[in-house]
Amino acid sequence: MELSVNDTPAYVYTGGRPFDRRQAVVVLVHGAGHDHSVWNYQARQLAHHGFSVLAPDLPGHGRSQGAPLPTIEALADWIESLLDAAGVVHAALAGHSMGSLVALQAAAQAPARITKLILLGSVAPMPVAPPLLEAAARTRDSAHAMINQWSYTPASQLGASPVPGVSLTGLNLRLMERQRDGVLANDLAACNAYQGGLEAAGRIRVPCAMLCGERDQMTPRKAVKPLQEALANVPGGARMIVIKGAGHAMMAEAPDAVGDAMRGFLTTT
Amino acid sequence: MTQPRTFGPETLALHAGQSPDPAFGARAAPIYFTTSYVFPDADHAAALFNLERPGHVYTRISNPTNAMLEERIAALEGGIGAIAVASGQAALHLAITTLMGAGGHIVASHALYGGSHNLLAYTLPRFGITTTFVDPRNPDAWRAAVRPETRLFFGESLGNPGLDVLDIPAIAGIAHAHRVPLLVDATLVTPCLQRPLALGADLVLHSATKFLGGHGVAVGGLLVDGGRFDWEASGLFPTLTEPYDGFHGMDFAEESPVAAFLLRARREGLRDFGACLSPMNAFQILQGMETLPLRMRAHVANARAVAEHLAAHPLVAHVAWPGLASHPDHALAARLLPDGAGSVLSFELQGGRAAGRAFIEGLRVFSHLANVGDAKSLVIHPASTTHFRMSAQDLAAAGIGEGTVRLSVGLESVDDLIEDLNRGLYAASRVVQG
Repeated sequence: MELSVNDTPAYVYTGGRPFDRRQAVVVLVHGAGHDHSVWNYQARQLAHHGFSVLAPDLPGHGRSQGAPLPTIEALADWIESLLDAAGVVHAALAGHSMGSLVALQAAAQAPARITKLILLGSVAPMPVAPPLLEAAARTRDSAHAMINQWSYTPASQLGASPVPGVSLTGLNLRLMERQRDGVLANDLAACNAYQGGLEAAGRIRVPCAMLCGERDQMTPRKAVKPLQEALANVPGGARMIVIKGAGHAMMAEAPDAVGDAMRGFLTTT
Repeated sequence: MTQPRTFGPETLALHAGQSPDPAFGARAAPIYFTTSYVFPDADHAAALFNLERPGHVYTRISNPTNAMLEERIAALEGGIGAIAVASGQAALHLAITTLMGAGGHIVASHALYGGSHNLLAYTLPRFGITTTFVDPRNPDAWRAAVRPETRLFFGESLGNPGLDVLDIPAIAGIAHAHRVPLLVDATLVTPCLQRPLALGADLVLHSATKFLGGHGVAVGGLLVDGGRFDWEASGLFPTLTEPYDGFHGMDFAEESPVAAFLLRARREGLRDFGACLSPMNAFQILQGMETLPLRMRAHVANARAVAEHLAAHPLVAHVAWPGLASHPDHALAARLLPDGAGSVLSFELQGGRAAGRAFIEGLRVFSHLANVGDAKSLVIHPASTTHFRMSAQDLAAAGIGEGTVRLSVGLESVDDLIEDLNRGLYAASRVVQG
């Protein structure tokens, strides 16, 4: 569906079911250079099991208009505006990679509105390797190749896929190619510049789950620890869920395990 | 930080799409000979039908062995995915019916495999889909043939029977200027000699029966999606960009802007037209693909030796193989097919039908049959077999001479092939000399 967020048209995928704000709402925030379609299976699973899903294309991404927003803080503000546009008071937030920083910041900024938080493939701070930053700014194809190399496991690199007949790495390359010039560079710079993650984490007082791919090279398990420890005020502590066999692109590589973990966390805590 | 690298075609041909079997550790591709799949519970079943989870429901729609084949060809072609079907003809039909219905129009090269020509010229018009055939070498002809209802451009990497080289970048550019995709039949080249998606094509099909299998034991087809065509921006493809009542009201482009075509082709085309591939055939084609890069190199080397030998023979009026400088598309082939122009060639024998017949009957190693792309060398003389009822004038109109012979050069010792051809040429010479 299309919403007007800050007077700019924004596209929001709802998981194949009409949006109903009377149900529990979950917002799914995609990562750098992506759009809503990275959440296909998880969005459909949640939408068909009692949740209303808002999986937006962030400004300048996919079908959403406007310029890409330059900071994680601005993107977090935009998520709040999205909730306003959808007439939603309370929502759970989930974000992947760059989207996890946006979700974290938004939850810290609007504690009264965010009921639960799920961080997938998340570390804070999230420094981006200089060669990738430079490639994103100058030679996009090379940046896409780097992201594919580091986001997918060797099995996916060799074409194996949980989705019959689909090449996960091929699909991801084309998805990144579709984004407008400058979007990926903007997003990676925003990740690299964001320094408020650990401070924001300390302000989170709602249940929080962290999903980490067992074979993630972008945000590996050991690198997740400082953020997990900074989520000290989460009731019972942040729950770490390791997605077996998956890399950073865990929603694509392990759609069932990620969907089940998200749904389980949202349903039971 | 390591630099990114991708696997080479030899590695992909052996491994892509197949990890060691998690149940028993089998290294070879298991054949999942099953029609259907047990659902762990009712919720899981509903989730599969609903696309909340990926997985297999019924082998007409997907099968684990077929998926290995699909993922292997997708990796080799640089596509986002593929669909395995019962034959190359089924792949062409699936592509067309996913993109258009009655009223749709196709612009196609006139240099097509006869089966494809039959489908486009005679069968599809009965269902309201028409085709304008054009000279593949003439960009203006492609442009001039476009109508408001055109939804697809279609050609072969190497055309039939003259082995015309399709200028994929140029024709794709014209297609895209008219907001339609280019589908390329790459059967004769395989991804080892050309990757049409990298040259600008949007969809690729293969008769996997030919070089991909290579053994001549299994019929199958593959349709690969490059994922670059923007169906929404085009605005000409409501099958992909509007809710489909036949599948949960799904708007495929909304679901996946990149994979909308594959989604619709599998969820509607395979489901309803049902031209699925047997898992046994998928397994056999996978076995062939493991050696594809090696075989294609050897095919091309033998084809070059055979083409050069024939071109130098006094009884041969003309050899059509783009690897020869005498071919009108030689320069284009050097650009688009730098690793070789395949191993199918045709030549014109002096002496007409009688000489052609004598040539064929004089051969011992080449098998006389109607196929190409086998590891074994194959030969056919259209004027005395597939087109024997046609007059010389009608043959000429189809681009075939009375002495035209088509070879599919196989992997035998090249000296044996040349000796065999000499034997046939000697038999033909006796007819010519009377």
